[in-house]
Amino acid sequence: MKNKDLLDALSCTVLCPGNLDKEIKGCYIGDLLSWVMGRAQEGDIWITIMNHVNVLAVASLADVSCVLLAEGVTMEEPVLQKAQEQNITVLQSSKTAYQLAACIAQLL
Amino acid sequence: MNEILKLHYVVDGNNFSLAGQAASDVKKMLKTLGMAPDVIRRVSIAMYEGEMNMVIHADGGEIDVDVTPKAVVMRLADRGPGIADIDLVMQEGYSTAPDDIRALGFGAGMGLPNMKKYSNDLKIESQLGIGTTITMRVDINSRG
Ligand SMILES: Nc1ncnc2c1ncn2[C@@H]1O[C@H](COP(=O)(O)OP(=O)(O)OP(=O)(O)O)[C@@H](O)[C@H]1O
Ligand SMILES: [Mg+2]
Repeated sequence: MKNKDLLDALSCTVLCPGNLDKEIKGCYIGDLLSWVMGRAQEGDIWITIMNHVNVLAVASLADVSCVLLAEGVTMEEPVLQKAQEQNITVLQSSKTAYQLAACIAQLL
Repeated sequence: MNEILKLHYVVDGNNFSLAGQAASDVKKMLKTLGMAPDVIRRVSIAMYEGEMNMVIHADGGEIDVDVTPKAVVMRLADRGPGIADIDLVMQEGYSTAPDDIRALGFGAGMGLPNMKKYSNDLKIESQLGIGTTITMRVDINSRG
């Protein structure tokens, strides 16, 4: 499964396309950055409600497939520009992390 | 020591939103060298945590990275407050991060444990009031 397959499956919004062809291997939920850094696996969808610029560093260094903002959280334009520069996919949904994870569990 | 690459970074203690740039740059360089993704990921995570700690707890510092055929060695030196009890700060969950930093998702007290987990060797030298130097080695051929 690829990032682009999430768009229809979760009916989420693309805030930053990044690499929509990146392969998805799993999913991780968390808002504490070092926790995510230590536990998320390469290729995980990262579901979070954190939306500031440091999220991008974590997403890129931990090699997650994309950042999926839950509960309608948005990301400011300058941060999204940086995401595009770093080729990071940022998606957004109004669903809760639980609802998203339940849908993703069906897909994986 | 047959070095392949030597890198040096000055980490600005006042620019929170630029923090992590050194780690991102090292990641890029190692990718260019064609290093294994697993090694790159471990170096990136260990270095990012060390770099963030410099910014959050020590007002910045300097990082040297040496890449040899066998290992990536990172040396992070700061002139911050120093660490009084190294065993204490190595515990998962221990953090003195201020509230405004915690609101951004830092302060889980997992940074140093991650640095230990993802490196093959971690050495902390610290003197109160003088600063801290952390040396981490990630081996290229064996898993940590
Ligand atoms: N370079 C440093 N100089 C002085 N104190 C430090 C330094 N690095 C870490 N510490 C101390 O060690 C504690 C634990 O560090 P650690 O990286 O594990 O967690 P944290 O930075 O507080 O939170 P997290 O990394 O999970 O966001 C810090 O809260 C701080 O008190
Ligand atoms: Mg830390």
